[in-house]
Amino acid sequence: MAEGSTVAAYRAVLGSRVRAQLSYRTSFVADLLSNLGIGISEFATIYVVFSRTSTLGGLDVWQASLVFALANVAFALADLLAGHLDNLPTHVRSGTLDAFLLRPLPVLAQLATSDVSLRRIGRVLVGVVVLCVAWPHTGIALDLRAVALLATAVVGGTAIFSALFVIAGACQFWLLDGKEAVNSLTYGGSNAAQYPASLYGTPLRWLFCYVVPAAFVAYLPVLALLGNDGPAGLPSWLGWFSPVAAAALWSVALLLWRQGIRHYTGSGS
Amino acid sequence: MSAYPALVAAGFRRFSTYRAATAAGALTNSVFGAIKAAVLVGTVSGAGSAVAGYDVEQAATFAWVTQALLAPVNVFAGDEVAQRVRTGDIAVDLARPIDPQLAAWATDLGRAAFMFLPRGVPPLVLGILLTGLALPSDPRSYLLGFVSLVLGVSISFSARWLVSLTAFWLTEIRGILMLYTVVATVLTGLAIPVRWFPDWLGTLAHATPFPSMLQSPIDVLTGTATGGAALELVVVQLAWLAVLVLAGRVLLALGSRRLVVQGG
Repeated sequence: MAEGSTVAAYRAVLGSRVRAQLSYRTSFVADLLSNLGIGISEFATIYVVFSRTSTLGGLDVWQASLVFALANVAFALADLLAGHLDNLPTHVRSGTLDAFLLRPLPVLAQLATSDVSLRRIGRVLVGVVVLCVAWPHTGIALDLRAVALLATAVVGGTAIFSALFVIAGACQFWLLDGKEAVNSLTYGGSNAAQYPASLYGTPLRWLFCYVVPAAFVAYLPVLALLGNDGPAGLPSWLGWFSPVAAAALWSVALLLWRQGIRHYTGSGS
Repeated sequence: MSAYPALVAAGFRRFSTYRAATAAGALTNSVFGAIKAAVLVGTVSGAGSAVAGYDVEQAATFAWVTQALLAPVNVFAGDEVAQRVRTGDIAVDLARPIDPQLAAWATDLGRAAFMFLPRGVPPLVLGILLTGLALPSDPRSYLLGFVSLVLGVSISFSARWLVSLTAFWLTEIRGILMLYTVVATVLTGLAIPVRWFPDWLGTLAHATPFPSMLQSPIDVLTGTATGGAALELVVVQLAWLAVLVLAGRVLLALGSRRLVVQGG
């Protein structure tokens, strides 16, 4: 299939998904509001914590808010793009995955575009608002370097969480036991990314830096923005390396996905 | 009247069949427990030596015990009953010779009893390994704590029952269930102890049954509240339970009358 028509096909599919969601107005607004609510309730933790202390893991309230905001924007964008991969067990069980396998497009790309849940924009909004409110208080100059770091963090962070969704999806080929089996990876990673990694004890910090690179989503980029070093082993320049962590994670994700598709034998119907 | 104990047993057995999902849930609870313990301990360290009566070890204990009790208490709303209302299956429940509300309550107690071991023990073991747990030595804390936990599970059931029955009028309640879960996550004390809340949020929380679901059982079990204070928490729980159960009965009666009109 020619390059141009493939792109056109994806665009047509995505356009229809978007229109379909917007046509049920009440349901869409309710979903959007509840996603706003999730973002707000998660921010409540930061709010309550800083009503009791002035620093958390070496960051003040605005710096910690920046970590929260970046982590939420990245997770919500990844959730928007790839979060519905956790519907995979349903496709496998009902046999609808076979239809994807027959089409001349990569299965992962088809699944990723099978749904774009616009309601998840609610959480992106919470992150953006917190970011805009916190930024002036952090005293970080909004220069070219800062913008470049922010862009690197958002792109890298979104890619890291998307890769986690793909890994979680790939695992389902073997586990076949619904979404919960891998929630600790995706939602746990998202939860871990919202707080300064300096809070975690050494084993947990190691886990969230170099195995599930949640610290690369927000904490390390914020350290780089501030020009501060973190605890031992986390120098400030590491904050530029979110895309590198994402690339490493994606290679694992694609490898697992290929194995998963190969392992898949269909439901027999 | 022997149907209800049988339903408790059935609820226990039913959930014991989802082994892999239960193991996965325990892992998720443990991962979130580790992160929450780190945040709460970090808060206490940042604030000095204690926050609202919690020292470092008590803060960590709170994180692990909330994660252990999250599944038994079932803080997050599901839509099983709401779906039965939407599809009309609730009519079958109403036709049965046992009370649908009491039957669902009994099944939920069975579910909670099962969940306690596989979902509750792993976060506690991880807690002992990572931070240590600050637990009371007085057996009365555990006895009253057990009573308080059963009440907490029952209050949580009764509140979710009420929310589910709004499906009689609203049909599609996914948004409301999500809203319930969001509010419950904060106000039950699941994320942060209710006593750490700023005044306005604490007052708001105590005007709702949410702290009676999770925070109160944990306060009694961990010995954060003892003696008269613990008894007071249990009395408040009993009051909330009575209010919610009665409201549930009224709503079911109103809803089933409406169902007759609709169903034909």
